[in-house]
Amino acid sequence: MSDVIQTGRRDMGSVPRKIALIDATVGVFSRNIPAIAAAVGCILLWQLVVWIFKIPTFMAPSPIDVVFALRDNAATLMRNFLPTLLEAVLGFIFGNLVAILLAIWFVHSKVAEKAFYPIAVFVKAIPIIALAPILVLIFGNGITPKIIIAGLICFFPTLVNMVQGLRSAPPAMLDLMRVLSASQSEILWKVRIPSSLPFLFAALKIAATSSVMGAIVAEWIGSSFGLGALIIEATYNFRSPLLYATVVIAALLAVVLFFIVSVVETKVVRWKPAGQH
Amino acid sequence: MGAASAKRPASLPDGSGLAVAVSHLDIRFGGKGNEFTALSDVTVDIPEGAFVTMLGPSGCGKSTLLRCVADLVHISGGSVSVLGRGPQQAREARDFAFVFQDATLLPWRSVIDNVRLPLEVGKHDKSSYADPYKLLEMVGLKGRENALPHELSGGMRQRVAIARALVTRPRILLMDEPFGALDEITRDKLNEELLRLWQETGTTILFVTHSIPEAAFLGQYVLMLQAHPGRVKEFMKVDLPYPRSLAMRDTVEFIKVTAHLRSLLEECL
Repeated sequence: MSDVIQTGRRDMGSVPRKIALIDATVGVFSRNIPAIAAAVGCILLWQLVVWIFKIPTFMAPSPIDVVFALRDNAATLMRNFLPTLLEAVLGFIFGNLVAILLAIWFVHSKVAEKAFYPIAVFVKAIPIIALAPILVLIFGNGITPKIIIAGLICFFPTLVNMVQGLRSAPPAMLDLMRVLSASQSEILWKVRIPSSLPFLFAALKIAATSSVMGAIVAEWIGSSFGLGALIIEATYNFRSPLLYATVVIAALLAVVLFFIVSVVETKVVRWKPAGQH
Repeated sequence: MGAASAKRPASLPDGSGLAVAVSHLDIRFGGKGNEFTALSDVTVDIPEGAFVTMLGPSGCGKSTLLRCVADLVHISGGSVSVLGRGPQQAREARDFAFVFQDATLLPWRSVIDNVRLPLEVGKHDKSSYADPYKLLEMVGLKGRENALPHELSGGMRQRVAIARALVTRPRILLMDEPFGALDEITRDKLNEELLRLWQETGTTILFVTHSIPEAAFLGQYVLMLQAHPGRVKEFMKVDLPYPRSLAMRDTVEFIKVTAHLRSLLEECL
């Protein structure tokens, strides 16, 4: 009798947790049924079109060809994936860091803003593709020009959003800090930076995907490694399945970075903006 | 200007010192050409421990006068003395606390961390400050310490703001239409609680409102301002006994006071 009760009690702890996990998984799946169905439908349609119209593989490979290419070239893909990942992530970090620091400076110094904002706009206005060869000439064929380009692409949206975010604190909140005789750095850390976070994350989500794009575009210019170089190589050699496989990997990388930023955002920004109740 | 005005005898018969002494105060905004006079030649003495409500038509500068005492507005002429010193020194000494119309809580901080904010900011000796938990209990928010502001109702948020203002044990509480955005039932309840708090702590309260009943119910004195430019219409004592309850608002005496205030207000227009 007592045994039965004990086992019953022991199971109480783990079973609901397991059920909760399954529930959550099923929940995520069932919530996303339309998206999953649409994706599967598109892939099926693609496969059918390739079969029915007998499209040659070099022109447009079928999804099955792409899956085989992913399997057969796993080592090549991985070897070229890692540098691109590194460039995108380092570019993301440096580009955003510089943008955030510059935004903080702008908010505290009108002169700095007047002096450097036009330059920032000008740098943004230069097409990245035109900038890549220049940076390759300066920094050589290594990883540095790719990081710089990935960083530059992140830089501007974050700068603009961060300046706006740091200025978004309601005037009453700043009055409150003044009544408390708070210092500039206390106002920055306790009011301005927290109120800028929703703006910052909006920019970081854009930067997460565009940093991958920046790294890949940079690898197009005379690079011997990275997903960008692989794309060029596969195109010139008519290895379309490999080209498509590379594109899929690049897109997945961008999606994963975006997802990570989104998860961090939900952990960090748990409040609703002031005035929105 | 500070020391001299503090020693000046109170113009009111209470005999206590002055919390705020305003003398020939002018406030002008804007540059040449589009200059706007918010307050003109305002002189008023507020005795320590008094509850003064400030009433007047919109644009009469009652909020500006309050913000001037709080050192949030630049003085164009005349002087303001807060407990015998200038507004800036009084602010730096934390002689007063300010409650805004919007609760102005930091939305990313929990209730208790909002009340703690004055303890974290500024280089002040915080050993004599009140216990944030006790203050939250006093304003009826025990158990909600870890809630975020957006999880609270408007009335609850304003209670948190009041607890935050009281944490420094200010000698003067400046309140700028603190209950203006609340529904009437919540407002009545908070009015009663504010009176109780005032009687318990002895804090001087300057309270801006646009509600005649609220001004009469709370105020020991009513400072009536008139507009264009903002100036003092009348500084009058409200002859109603404390403690006051909400039921008092149905008495003839109370209605006489509000009727008088209303007629004064109409003269201002």
